[in-house]
Amino acid sequence: MLIRISDTTEPNGSEITSERAYFNRRRWLASTVAGLAGSATSASVLGAAPGAPDAKSVAAAPARKILQGDDPKAQRLAATPSELSTIERPTSYKWVTTYNNFYEFGTDKDDPPRHAHRLRVRPWTIEVEGAVARSRTFDIEELLRMAPLEERIYRMRCVEGWSMVIPWIGFPLSELIRRAEPTGSAKYLEFITLADPKQMPGLRSPVIEWPYTEGLRMDEAMHPLTLLTLGLYGQVLPNQNGAPVRLVVPWKYGFKSSKSLVKIRFLDKQPVTSWMKSSPTEYGFYSNVNPGVDHPRWSQASERRIGEDGFMARKRPTLMFNGYGAQVASLYSGMDLTRFI
Amino acid sequence: MRARSHPTGGAWWRSARALVFVCALAPALRLVLWPVFDLAGANPVEFVTRSSGTWTLVMLCLTLALSPLRRLTGWSEWIRLRRMLGLFTFFYAVLHVLTWLWLDQWFDLVGMVRDIIDRPFITVGFVAFLLMIPLAATSTDAMIRRLGRRWGQLHRLIYLIAPLAILHYLWHKSGKNDYAEVSIYAAVLGVLLGLRVLFRWRRRASAHSPRS
Repeated sequence: MLIRISDTTEPNGSEITSERAYFNRRRWLASTVAGLAGSATSASVLGAAPGAPDAKSVAAAPARKILQGDDPKAQRLAATPSELSTIERPTSYKWVTTYNNFYEFGTDKDDPPRHAHRLRVRPWTIEVEGAVARSRTFDIEELLRMAPLEERIYRMRCVEGWSMVIPWIGFPLSELIRRAEPTGSAKYLEFITLADPKQMPGLRSPVIEWPYTEGLRMDEAMHPLTLLTLGLYGQVLPNQNGAPVRLVVPWKYGFKSSKSLVKIRFLDKQPVTSWMKSSPTEYGFYSNVNPGVDHPRWSQASERRIGEDGFMARKRPTLMFNGYGAQVASLYSGMDLTRFI
Repeated sequence: MRARSHPTGGAWWRSARALVFVCALAPALRLVLWPVFDLAGANPVEFVTRSSGTWTLVMLCLTLALSPLRRLTGWSEWIRLRRMLGLFTFFYAVLHVLTWLWLDQWFDLVGMVRDIIDRPFITVGFVAFLLMIPLAATSTDAMIRRLGRRWGQLHRLIYLIAPLAILHYLWHKSGKNDYAEVSIYAAVLGVLLGLRVLFRWRRRASAHSPRS
């Protein structure tokens, strides 16, 4: 089986955030410790923090509270903050939950928040089949307890040219893959989204072939950044964001992060995704965020950050692999990414 | 249907014209005020781009509806709204192009030229816009007088502009295979242009037939 994980599972801090912001955060952590511990220890902690930010000092610091949305009715989800989070300002809960692409509920951005209340998220299972030791089904309650839940604040770059910063809650997909026991012939994964016309009015329109299918190469799926996601903003996933369980692959365009998963298939060949069938010239299998490769109908060199790059602001430059190059570039070494789009 | 005439410069006509003017301007106010008061959603620039494009098409349909309306209702005054609505079509097209030029591209000339060359839907939209400029420029009474017969010939460009505008919208929507709205505008313009062909064909037929 070809499972290749980046040698440096530890992210390169300077790649995710600016060095200054990074150390500012260390200083904040340190000063919080100092505040609690009293002035006697503060000097030594402050003195040590900027020069040598090691794992121990972070573990010793009190956990930062995870971000909370402002829906009082939402069911809360406990998690611990992850070191893989960006410190960029998260997009507001309002925009994250009202500006959505989820074509099963309609193609306009406000269709999912208007129609997704029809989605029934219990009971819910994910079937796992194909090149695995034995086909099996994971219940959503089992998934919620499968591995420690982390808050991962990721950039999300939509292929349409806009982006957000979202505090997801989940655990690495690799945890599920290990339990699925893939066989040696498993080289790719196919992800299948629910397609129930009774719950999803968007299925009436022939935008793409339903059910929505996506795919990843095994090493991409095993990558520590690839998140099996159960919540955002401290709560369970709102329906319009792909409840109750979805994928988040932060270095690829947003559509690669399948929502409302019902089936995962392990395959020996690269699957043909819904978008590849619909517009093969516009959407490739890899669809890594790449400012150098334009979409046929628009440039991908820059993006508009929702909620920040407002009415009278310029767009910001798009980063290769959405800024996660230090962690994922090695997955594609030797590949011509202008050809493998 | 019997043709009726109205006092051309009367108060009734003036207030009707003013009402049409205000109604045609209202979407432009919304276009500016909604983003200012944070009502334009998560992506205000997208809102302004789409809204200005939509209203260009609506105004184009209304402008092209006037001469068939005159023919069908027998009331000739419809045509006197045509210049105003035609100029509103151009006005919304200017807002649409300006949004792209300014809020999307920030006057990045290289980016704009690349967009026009590389992306067929922008090429087509831009050509449609360029073709509208001479029509707007020759909309004054003086130009109408000066151009005489050629004015009418020049303004037939609108029969090329309308399909180009539809194609621009269609190609833009093709990614989502979502042709619902495009097909509404295409159908309306199809009927409006089809009626012209029909009327012309009938006129020709009646001209050739012996009078009773």
